[in-house]
Amino acid sequence: MKLPRLSPLVFGGVLLVGAVQVPADTLEKVKDAGSITLGHRESSIPFSYYDDQQRVIGYSQDIALRVVDAIKRELQLRDLQVRLNPVTSQNRIPLIQNGTVDLECGSTTNNTERQKQVGFSTTIFVVGTRLLTKKASGIQDFSDLAGKNVVTTAGTTSERLLRKLNEDKQLNMKIISAKDHGESFLTLETGRAAAFMMDDALLYGELAKAKRPGDWVVVGIPQSSEAYGCVLRKDDPAFKTLVDTTIAGLMTSGEAQKLYAKWFESPIPPKGLNLNFPLSAEMVELYRNPNDRALQ
Amino acid sequence: MEEFDWTSIPGALPILADGMLITLEITATAILIGILWGTVLALARLSGNRPLAWLAAAYVNLFRAVPLVMVILWFYLIVPTLLQRWFGVSQSSDIRMISALVAFALFESAYYAEIIRAGVQSVPKGQVDAAFALGMPYHLTMRLVVLPQAFRNMVPLLLTQAIILFQDTSLVYVIGLADFFGAAYKVGDRDGRLVELLLFAGAVYFILCFGASLLVWQLQKKYST
Amino acid sequence: MSYNWNWDIFLSPTPSGESTYLGWLLDGLQWTLTLSLGAWIMALVLGIGLGVLRTVPNRLLAGSAAAYVEVFRNVPLLVQLFIWYFVLPELLPTTLGDALKQTDPLAQQFFAALLCLGCFTAARVCEQVRAGIASLPRGQRNAGLALGLTLPQTYRYVLLPMALRLILPPLTSEFLNVFKNSAVASTIGLIELSRQSQQLVDYTAQAYEAFIAVTVLYVLINVLVMFGMRLLERRTRVPGYIGSK
Repeated sequence: MKLPRLSPLVFGGVLLVGAVQVPADTLEKVKDAGSITLGHRESSIPFSYYDDQQRVIGYSQDIALRVVDAIKRELQLRDLQVRLNPVTSQNRIPLIQNGTVDLECGSTTNNTERQKQVGFSTTIFVVGTRLLTKKASGIQDFSDLAGKNVVTTAGTTSERLLRKLNEDKQLNMKIISAKDHGESFLTLETGRAAAFMMDDALLYGELAKAKRPGDWVVVGIPQSSEAYGCVLRKDDPAFKTLVDTTIAGLMTSGEAQKLYAKWFESPIPPKGLNLNFPLSAEMVELYRNPNDRALQ
Repeated sequence: MEEFDWTSIPGALPILADGMLITLEITATAILIGILWGTVLALARLSGNRPLAWLAAAYVNLFRAVPLVMVILWFYLIVPTLLQRWFGVSQSSDIRMISALVAFALFESAYYAEIIRAGVQSVPKGQVDAAFALGMPYHLTMRLVVLPQAFRNMVPLLLTQAIILFQDTSLVYVIGLADFFGAAYKVGDRDGRLVELLLFAGAVYFILCFGASLLVWQLQKKYST
Repeated sequence: MSYNWNWDIFLSPTPSGESTYLGWLLDGLQWTLTLSLGAWIMALVLGIGLGVLRTVPNRLLAGSAAAYVEVFRNVPLLVQLFIWYFVLPELLPTTLGDALKQTDPLAQQFFAALLCLGCFTAARVCEQVRAGIASLPRGQRNAGLALGLTLPQTYRYVLLPMALRLILPPLTSEFLNVFKNSAVASTIGLIELSRQSQQLVDYTAQAYEAFIAVTVLYVLINVLVMFGMRLLERRTRVPGYIGSK
């Protein structure tokens, strides 16, 4: 009687152990498959999001497509197929690890904690974490949040920072963790939360689809500086070198600045709003000296 | 109270229709594989072979104990690696779709197995005895005598389960697949019109499922003698 | 690259330091149990009431109970939940809706999920109760009325006690369904078991450990409920009826 009871478990165990091996050489994998899967975000405006035709667009998406061009040249695969797989802040890292996604360029912060799990490319953007709130709310900084409902997106560095802030300063905030930035903004816009904590560039991006953008304001002293990188599998030097040189090339050639102007200083879909998000000193420095250092 | 604004729906109809196709594809695949694999499981459970019956029972009970949301997430995590390991390539199609199809098919077959098992047990034992007395071997008895009658008894239940399955496909929302509900949610999120899109999606599901259950009811009346 | 199993992860403290990952799981378990049991009680009360209404000799009452069942049975649970959570506050008068949305988010998520699961399950309980009452010989109702009992008394003392004992087995499976369906509440952010498993994956990247632990917990709940209901079934079995399996 013992054996049949155990066997499904044993079978399951074998299945699992077998399941968790992923090829480390992405270029090899892409070459064999004849296709690459890019992870993208659904509402990280203006980095990676849907326009009104459900096409994926954005600053990070443009960079990802440049990397794909470089892969095509490197592997001499003219008709490399590109598949798009939407990811959330919560599942992007497991999906890179389990091989569903080969490269994710969205709005992912490169930090030392995550470096234990995945690899990061040369930094593509630098942001600070701040607050989006109604002009009329009277909230000026993080200390004004005591006792209030505050929303952030699940799985982001902001979520961790906000929880820590809440513990350290005993602010007694009620933290709502939404699925993605779109849902976070919805939570804010419908009045469920008094403020939305997130990377400043994304907050300006969310403003771009507000019903009345003039009602909202970004406030607060940045709680942290964050370096966005594209995510790839850990210990995959050949692929990382290719991605890094491509991105660094964009920056030193001045092409990255053009992308910046296109997404942050011109009208963008879906509503044709201009984010007017000026190039920061950190970004100027990054474009001058591309690197893959984490800021945390 | 907010003013309703339904204007984003007409323009979104093509996207919603694409979503409905995905919903139907998952439903159809899960019904087909669910009934086939469910029959195998039911027969295994009813067979005299004890290890086989145990295995089938363990499978069915495990899947029936775990929420569908968890099953979908499990398969999203496992299927891509399995496909690569066991079948080499497989990058040629949408992983989310494949993992959802596999998850639903394997999950639903546990439910279908129970319906089918009850159906088989509803066939009077005398029928089996008669077939054996006629010299029919086991597989012929099952195929020609028991299963046809069992399926006839089960048709209403199988169809009702199909309607439930159709509704359950909306849970692929958790892996971001744009089925009908996922598409409606995305459009609502994009246009800031989530309230309208959710009500619209609810109405569409209601009309389809209510219509289908009326049909099942008609069928039931016709066949119950 | 191979996976690094690490079961000790559950004992390590969470980043904000207020708990361990095991603590998170147990919190999640608590929410799952509270939500499911609460929804089940609500479903029983509402469902039995509706089930009775469906069998009373009054077309309007029976018809409205039937309409309730059709609405809640033919819209996916996920859609219902989103309507409770996202749509309902917008349909209320602005001041009331806004006041509701200022309350503790966890309470909002919990009550939206509770109402949703309760109403959804009530429709299914109602159908079982109706079937139970319908399966009783008509003589029972007539005998009750002939004895001079009013209609409510006939239900209270004759029909329901029998019907409820008869439908215990199908109710068991509805009860089990409530626990499984409660996982849907993770989509509106309620930190129940399956939400915690996703958060664990996010924070620790130990996906397999987190999912296996949560799956085992669900199986345990299932086994316990099944065991408890078996005992109850045995004690309440009606003599003379085949004990249904």
